[in-house]
Amino acid sequence: MISFEIPETIEKTVTMIEAVATEMMRPQARYYDEHEHEIPWEYINFMHEALQSADGGVSMAPEGPKDEDEPMLGKPSIGYQGLAHYVEMLSWGDAGLYLCTPRGGLGAAAVSAAGTPEQKAKFLKRFNGDKAVFSAMAITEPHAGSDTAAIKTTAVQDGDEWVLNGEKIFVTGGHKSLVDTPGFVIVWATIDPDAGRKGIRSFVVEAGTPGCTVTKLEKKLGIRCSDTATIVMQDCRVPFENMLGTVEQKKTSEGYKGVLRTFEVTRPLVGASALGIARAALEFLVEKLAEGGFEIRYGLPRNRMTNLEAEVIDLEAMLRSAWLLTLRAVWMVDNKVPINAEASMSKIKAGDAVVKITQKAIELLGPMGYSREHLLEKWFRDAKINDLYEGTGQINRLIVARRILGYSRHELS
Amino acid sequence: MFGFEPTEEQKLLVEAVRRYAENDLRAAAHEADESGELPPDLIEKGWELGVLQASVPEAYGGFGERSAVTGALAAEELAWGDLSGALAVMAPGAYALSVLLTGSEDQKSELIPPVIEADWKPYVAAFVEPEYDFHAGEMRTTAVASNGDYLITGRKARVPFGDSAEALLTFASLDGRIEAFAVPTDAEGVQVGEREQLLGIQALPTFPVTFDKVRVPASARLEGMDASQVLASFNVAAGALAIGLSRAAYEYALDYAKEREAFGAPIAQKQAIAFMLAEMATEIDGARLMVWEAAWEIDQGKEAFKSAYLALSNAAETVMMVTDRGVQILGGHGYIREHPVERWMRNARGLSTFAGMAMV
Repeated sequence: MISFEIPETIEKTVTMIEAVATEMMRPQARYYDEHEHEIPWEYINFMHEALQSADGGVSMAPEGPKDEDEPMLGKPSIGYQGLAHYVEMLSWGDAGLYLCTPRGGLGAAAVSAAGTPEQKAKFLKRFNGDKAVFSAMAITEPHAGSDTAAIKTTAVQDGDEWVLNGEKIFVTGGHKSLVDTPGFVIVWATIDPDAGRKGIRSFVVEAGTPGCTVTKLEKKLGIRCSDTATIVMQDCRVPFENMLGTVEQKKTSEGYKGVLRTFEVTRPLVGASALGIARAALEFLVEKLAEGGFEIRYGLPRNRMTNLEAEVIDLEAMLRSAWLLTLRAVWMVDNKVPINAEASMSKIKAGDAVVKITQKAIELLGPMGYSREHLLEKWFRDAKINDLYEGTGQINRLIVARRILGYSRHELS
Repeated sequence: MFGFEPTEEQKLLVEAVRRYAENDLRAAAHEADESGELPPDLIEKGWELGVLQASVPEAYGGFGERSAVTGALAAEELAWGDLSGALAVMAPGAYALSVLLTGSEDQKSELIPPVIEADWKPYVAAFVEPEYDFHAGEMRTTAVASNGDYLITGRKARVPFGDSAEALLTFASLDGRIEAFAVPTDAEGVQVGEREQLLGIQALPTFPVTFDKVRVPASARLEGMDASQVLASFNVAAGALAIGLSRAAYEYALDYAKEREAFGAPIAQKQAIAFMLAEMATEIDGARLMVWEAAWEIDQGKEAFKSAYLALSNAAETVMMVTDRGVQILGGHGYIREHPVERWMRNARGLSTFAGMAMV
């Protein structure tokens, strides 16, 4: 059935999160923007406790897509639909702080999506302890971004261990996952450098593992509250069972595909985060215009609108379209509808929308919009990351194009 | 709960409409556009699919319940086949559904069955006006009370089958409010002009109609006009048509790009083309979801004015972008009338002004 009725449980939680966003996140947003690399413990601890005391529906790292053979139990899950709403609202509060939300993140999402039941039990348990714990995903290398097949970090089997060597950059939350809390990082590495993408596997590297060091924290355009780390692995040994996936998968490229499935879950969630920023900017724009006595009239033909009305209406439509694409993608994940191009579509549209909306909002608010007196200029800076991480807008276009055309990466690169 | 999948019943209907759209509408579209005529059998066959009849309760001669979502799904398929044909098949809906939404019990019982129970007949709406800045909220066609009757004066445009219409549901401003009046075509003062010559939808005969102090009884005015809901329903219909037309152009361009070779490979293997297609697909899906959301709000009895307006605004933008790219991807061939993409591009431009010609 086609329905746009928000489930009551989600709606209630969103209202609770809105209070956090308004009362805690917004007031702290500027401070952490100006004090890069300071850790927002107050937010982190608050969120950890809130998530601890909340029921399972509010988890920030829900169970990943279930194995196909797992029987359906009761009602279809709405976990990811809820998550998209929560992520949107937290990012509306502040995207930098949102990225400091404990309990998982991308690392946990990868374990959820690609891990065996044993791996899930072992690695995800830590997020439910007394203290906040983080996890992260380490893919990018200095010379390999979107081209993941070109990564040079190696994993060599030595007895019942893997020995990892290499350098990872742009690890979101890497410092919090490895240094500040007893979390883990999912490291992508190749077990056969000649095999290209088929040789790529992902490994759980836990905090405190000898040979794994955080060597640098980046200084960024935006989301400054979120640490972006460089991680170096030098003869870093992890147990054999820390390779994500089953033994069978380990022998084939299924392991790689399994990890790629993570993105079908996380891309719409990045989209949701982008759209929280976009909504914040658009609301601010409309609010300031209203303060200036300018109301948007709906229902007019183009030739009867002011340019300002036309601009705002276009931005509103863009935001709605992007949000519904995001919602559809997470709905598909929850309902186990196979994702084809929809996850990347949502990411393309959300990335475009947030960049456009924040840029336009500043333009339309003139000198005031450009001032650091307001958070709008911060949102403009925060926005851009959404067109970059978890696949740039271009990579996602490539993915959508391949899927709709039925092309392999050889046929369309 | 959110849901993004039509019901089984809706899927069956969509499937039936799709077969008609492909085998009948699409097959006839080129010839119809060139000759400026839609074969009556073609319209009748589309009418017999029963999309409108299924939207009208039994009490008024139909066999179902109105659902804007279902209507939007069907409209998309029809427009995928051919926009002129879609508008022809749907034209009586603009009349009957407006009555269903806003007529009194008596008006519904009197006005709807003649539309629904027979073969397709041109009961149509006279909504659009010819001025460049036509705005539903400020119609220039006016109705004034006169000795217990109303006198309607003004000019209408884009009236489908105006020359042969049984009756015109004429929208006019009454003391600044939008009202609708069932006007017999042979009423004194109604003058149907020469058939309009348009950029697109050339197979659909549309006419300007002039009203010169046309006197109708008070009972001709639909008693419960809810302008917000009526406009939302018009906007959703036009939006859904825009989605269907977009999908037609997108699919055609995609197939062509996989076939057409340049520099030794299909042009779809070039990012310049592939990215265009990816964006077309993304925009169409987003625009469709907005149309669905507005339609769902209408069905839920929610205030859908703004969402329907935004949905059409976005869909009209999308259909122009997509059909333009449809021509672009075919290159020079796209400009030749042997391919449908130039027709779709012409048809697309009109959708921002077609609200009022069809309803879901």
